[in-house]
Order: sequence, then structure tokens, then C-alpha cells
Amino acid sequence: MPAGLLGIEELDRTEIESILERAKHFQPIQSQAFKKSDVLRGRMVVNLFFEASTRTRTSFEIAAKRLGADAVSITASGSSVSKGESLVDTLNTLAAMRPDAIIMRHSASGAPHFLARYLPIPIINAGDGTHEHPTQALLDALTIRDQKGTIEGLRVAIIGDIAHSRVARSNVQLLAKFGTEVVLCGPASLVPPELARLAAGVTLTHDIHEAIRDADVVMMLRVQLERQHEAAFPASEYFRFYGLRLEHLDLAKPDAIVMHPGPINRGRELSSDVADSHRSMILNQVENGIAVRMAVLERILGQ
Amino acid sequence: MTALLIRGGTVIDPATGLNGPADVRIEDGLIAAVGAGLTAEGAEIFEAAGYIVAPGFVDMHVHLRDPGFEYSETVETGARAAAAGGFTTVCCMPNTSPVNDSATVTNYIVERARKTAIVKVHPIGAITKGSQGEELAAIGSMQKAGVVAISDDGRPVMNARLMRRAMETAESFGLPVINHCEDLNLSAGGDMHEGLQSVRWGLRGIPSCSEDVMVARDILLAEVTRARYHVAHISTKHSVEMVAFAKIRGLKVTSETTPHHFALTDLHMPPYDGNYKMKPPLRGERDTEAIIQGLVSGAIDAIATDHAPHAGSDKMQEFERCPFGIIGLETAIGLSLELVHRGIIPMMRMVQLFTTGPSRIIGLPSGTLAPGTAADITIFDPERRWCYDVNKSYSKSRNSPFHGKEFRGGPVATVVDGAVVWRAQA
Repeated sequence: MPAGLLGIEELDRTEIESILERAKHFQPIQSQAFKKSDVLRGRMVVNLFFEASTRTRTSFEIAAKRLGADAVSITASGSSVSKGESLVDTLNTLAAMRPDAIIMRHSASGAPHFLARYLPIPIINAGDGTHEHPTQALLDALTIRDQKGTIEGLRVAIIGDIAHSRVARSNVQLLAKFGTEVVLCGPASLVPPELARLAAGVTLTHDIHEAIRDADVVMMLRVQLERQHEAAFPASEYFRFYGLRLEHLDLAKPDAIVMHPGPINRGRELSSDVADSHRSMILNQVENGIAVRMAVLERILGQ
Repeated sequence: MTALLIRGGTVIDPATGLNGPADVRIEDGLIAAVGAGLTAEGAEIFEAAGYIVAPGFVDMHVHLRDPGFEYSETVETGARAAAAGGFTTVCCMPNTSPVNDSATVTNYIVERARKTAIVKVHPIGAITKGSQGEELAAIGSMQKAGVVAISDDGRPVMNARLMRRAMETAESFGLPVINHCEDLNLSAGGDMHEGLQSVRWGLRGIPSCSEDVMVARDILLAEVTRARYHVAHISTKHSVEMVAFAKIRGLKVTSETTPHHFALTDLHMPPYDGNYKMKPPLRGERDTEAIIQGLVSGAIDAIATDHAPHAGSDKMQEFERCPFGIIGLETAIGLSLELVHRGIIPMMRMVQLFTTGPSRIIGLPSGTLAPGTAADITIFDPERRWCYDVNKSYSKSRNSPFHGKEFRGGPVATVVDGAVVWRAQA
């Protein structure tokens, strides 16, 4: 089976470190006037997005192009999916056009894992349901490293709808491999107790103050109304109890940073002044996304 | 006269307690005698040395998909798979298309069985029209046409008042009510057992309590109505405890479990493999251990397969889109023998769970080798090593998590009304 990238869970620490090293190498290219290399010239990737996405799809497309590869983007609406074709048939059809990899986002958890069993080409998971979003965790790790110099030994608070968050799952998997202390925080209906057994070093709390206390990194998650199948928490008081405000950050380490995978909802999961503060790394994350995805594409498609 | 002598086996008959070497002589489709050194005069001989000879096994919970989903299974192919699994009788659930909620559909199934099935097939009728949970089906007419129980399997009756009326109606016609216990509000959208694995894989969970609350409700209703009430495919610790409690209180409450619910937990499941997706889902270790204890204690009365064929393409989908259910007829004895080999239950208990257990729940005369009764016999070898190749299944479908599994012990021959309808390849 060709190696793609399905999740962080399957990677070991050394593999993650080597991706981050290569991403670091690609970082300066982002600020050069001439940004293009040719290591993947003649290669072709298909961006297949069954769910709406702006940043991840654009980021993958730019990453591929900066490495000299051709990139085609397809969104599910207007494709054969709406004509009732099964996912396997759609992917086999695309595979027959001989791209070198398929970058895929899908609303069903495990959809890329299921396809990887049947497809002859590498699949890169750009987010599957509420399961994993591996390149997001890698770009988050790169951002933390940029700011803190290391990932090891930090205390990271992840706050919000953990139950429905693939970003949280991938980050938990990644951070645990580096021995990071991870505190997951949200209302009980969005933080199932089993999360504490997902990896070593993970604890749970329903109190945002407790989560933020002494944190080096505060990661906020989007409230994902589209993935909640019922009102698991009263929306009217979400911000009051789980929204991040500047005063909360007094509890964190003095140099603590705030992260968010985007798109942000100002006034829902974090206040506007937090989003715009000097602690906010939200745009650094977006920028690092390209470097990380270049590293991932190079790793999978190079030579 | 046609005669068959099954010679030299170990006969286990839970109805009489017989457990030892004996021959079984069959004449004109009926048991003629069971005992040592029976005459072979005029009889075809079946050498059964090393084998267990038992009353025909009954699977009280299968889906034959006929009418309506014949691309997945038919009465004919399902009956062949049953015979190859050592079953002489199966009871088929009503979730066909149309639903078996009328004497017309019941008659169709009975007729298909008479013409095409190599084992005995008894239909189970729907509780409500179309299994929609709104209005009682024509229960009395279906009973006259041949249904042996009523159930809205797969679509639990959520309305407690309607369930009470169903129990009262069933009691009037002498039928048991079988419920697939799942509170649909608690389980809504779930694809696997709610636990560490579902959280790890980002799949929505079906909590154990979604079964428990309905078992509790139904037991209370069974006490009010004094009806015969049966929990299908019981899968949780608390449900087993509540059934045991109901039995202590003298209620006519029974339960069955499936081989996969005692053989597998959610930890055995490979990520996103649709062949491990069924309802109720593979539970956690605590529940599975309680199921095994229920088989030992008697809280669970029967093993039933919940054989649920789905054509290949139906399971070739994203996990959340895969339909629920796995086939199970051909692997049931092999999986159950593991409990015997592990010393958890004696062989007699295993045979009971497949014979007198289900027969008493349904009210069938089967499950015994008493002279004069129909010669339905299951012959199995407790030691034979074999590997399950689902591609050689008699079922039309291939959705089994046990493909490639090595078994110790399995069926050898199946006899229905004195005729050998299936024999294992040597």
C-alpha cells in the first residue's frame, strides 16, 4: 500500500520531527519574492474536498505549486458524488487519471482510511469527520516550536468542542508523543471522559480557568454547530463560560500564546481583542500551514 | 420405509439429559430410537464416531431478506447457509420489503420456504404496521398464517403504551414479543459502541444505556401484562442483570445473545471496517464479560446469530454509511465451541442454548431427540480444525468479520426430517 498521510496516530515522533525540520527549511521561502522550487516538477496532486474549506484547500494547492507540482482542485458539489456515485467509484475514477496523490477532506470519519485499503495511490488526509486533521496538528506543532523553541515539557490547554474536533484529536496524538501536558476543556457534553485515556498526559476539566492556569499554549476550537446533532450545550451561554477573554490570559504563563485553527468566530469562542492581541498566533499558523504541507508533499511524492 | 442410523456418536439431548455414546435410528423422518447398539437393518449408516449428535439447532433470529432484498439473500440461500451452519430451524425477522406485517406476506414466506428451503423456516411477524411503531399489525391473522413471534426488529417500539398493547395482543394469541432494545433518542446517529474506541476514531457512539433503558421499560410492561417477552441480541451488563431480576420475579422474560457479542469486543474491531458494524454494536469488555456470565448463569436462554446479509457494495462505503449487520449462520457453532474449549460452559449447556433454549421461547416442538418427534439432528465435530472462507459461504452476502478465522470444531452434517440436507466436505 502506498504511504500517504492518514493521521498523526500512525506517525512516530521521529517522523514528525523530520517533517517539522523540512517545514522549517521551507519557511523562509514564503517571504522570498521568488517562491517556487521544482522538486515535484511533473508531479500532479488532486485536491478532493467533500466539505467546504478555504484555508486548507488553498494551502495545499499553494504548497503543491510552490514545489513545482500541478494541482487540481475538486469540490464535491458539482462532481459525480451528487449523481449518486459511491466514494470508492469516484476515487477509483480519479486514480485512473494517474495523479500522484489525492488530498482529501471528507465529512465521514475514517473515509480516507477506508479508501486507502482499496486505492493504489497515496491519500493525504486533509480532515476526516471528527477524527483527524494531521497537517493541522503539524502546523500547530511548528508554530509552537517557533514560539517556544520546543514542544516537550509544555502545558497546552485545548478548549472548546473537543468531542467533534478532528483538530483536537490530531493535536492530542501529536503532543502526547512529545510528552506534553495536555488539558482538554469544555462542557461535559462536549468532553467525553474517554478522552483522558486517548494518550498519556491528557487531563480533562470543565473549568476554563483551571485549564488556562500556567498554560504555555491556549488552543481554542471553533464551535462546530454543523457537527453537533443536537444542542449539547446552551449556545446562549457558551461564550460566558467557555469563550476566551483577555483577562483569562492572566492565569496563563506570562509568555503564553493563543492559537486557533480557524475560521474564528469572534465573540463566540474567543473575544475580538484576544484574536487581535500580540499573543495570537492565528495568522502564523496559516503561514506555517504552507511550509508544513510542502514538507508533507515532498515526503510523500519526492523521488 | 426409509431409515437412517447415526452410529457411534456422543448423543447430547438436553430435553432428556442424555449425554453419552449412543446410536440414533430414524425411520420415515421421525426419531425411532436412541440407544446403544441399535439395529442397522434397512438403514443407511452415518458413522458419527468422534462427533456430537444433538437435536437440530434452532436459530431464532435471522434475516432472510426475502421478499424485497433478494440481491442480499433469499429464503433458499439463507436456508442453505443455515444448514451449513448446523441449523435445522430458523426464524426470520419481518424487516423485509414489504414488511411481514400481514398474513399475505407471511403466506409468501411460508410458501417460499416450503418450495425452496432445505431447513425449517418460521416467520416472525411485525408488531406494528410497516414496523413504523404507530399502529398494531394484523397479529392474529399472521399467527394463523404461521408466525411464531412478533417483533419490529431493527426498529424498536419507542411508544411504551403501544408496546403494552402489543404485549397484551400477543398474549391473547399465545405469541412471544421479541424486542430489539434500543432507545433511538439515546443512540441517534451512533455507528459503534460508545467508548474509548468511538472517541478515538471520531465515530458517534451507541451507549450501553440506550439498550438498558428499553429493557427496563419492557420488563416493567411484561410484569403488567404477564406477556411472554424476549430481549433480542442482548449486549450489555445491566440488561443481563435486569433479565436475571425479571426471572427471579417469575416473569416470562427471556433473552438471546449472538456469537459475536460474546466472541468480540470493540477492541477487536479494525478501524472503520464495515464488517464489524452491527446493532447492537460490539461492546466493551465489561459488557462482553457479563454476556458470557449470562450464558453461564441462565439469564441468557439462547444463542441466535442475527444473521444479517448485506450485499458487498452496501458495506463498501464510508463506515457511517454502511448498513448494520453481519452474517453469522456458518460460524455460530465454531464460535460457541470456543466457550466450551475455554471451560466456560459445558457442552450440554452449549447444546441447550441452541436447542431447548430457543425452542421453549418460541414454543416449537423442536429441540429434542424423543422418539416419535421429527428427526431434526445436528451433528458436529468439537475438534475439527477448519478455516472460514466467507467467499465459499452459502449466503449471498460476504459481510462477516470472521473471514479467515481458524476454528476448533464445527458442524459436520445437518439432518432435517430424517434427510441429510448438508454434509461438510472432508
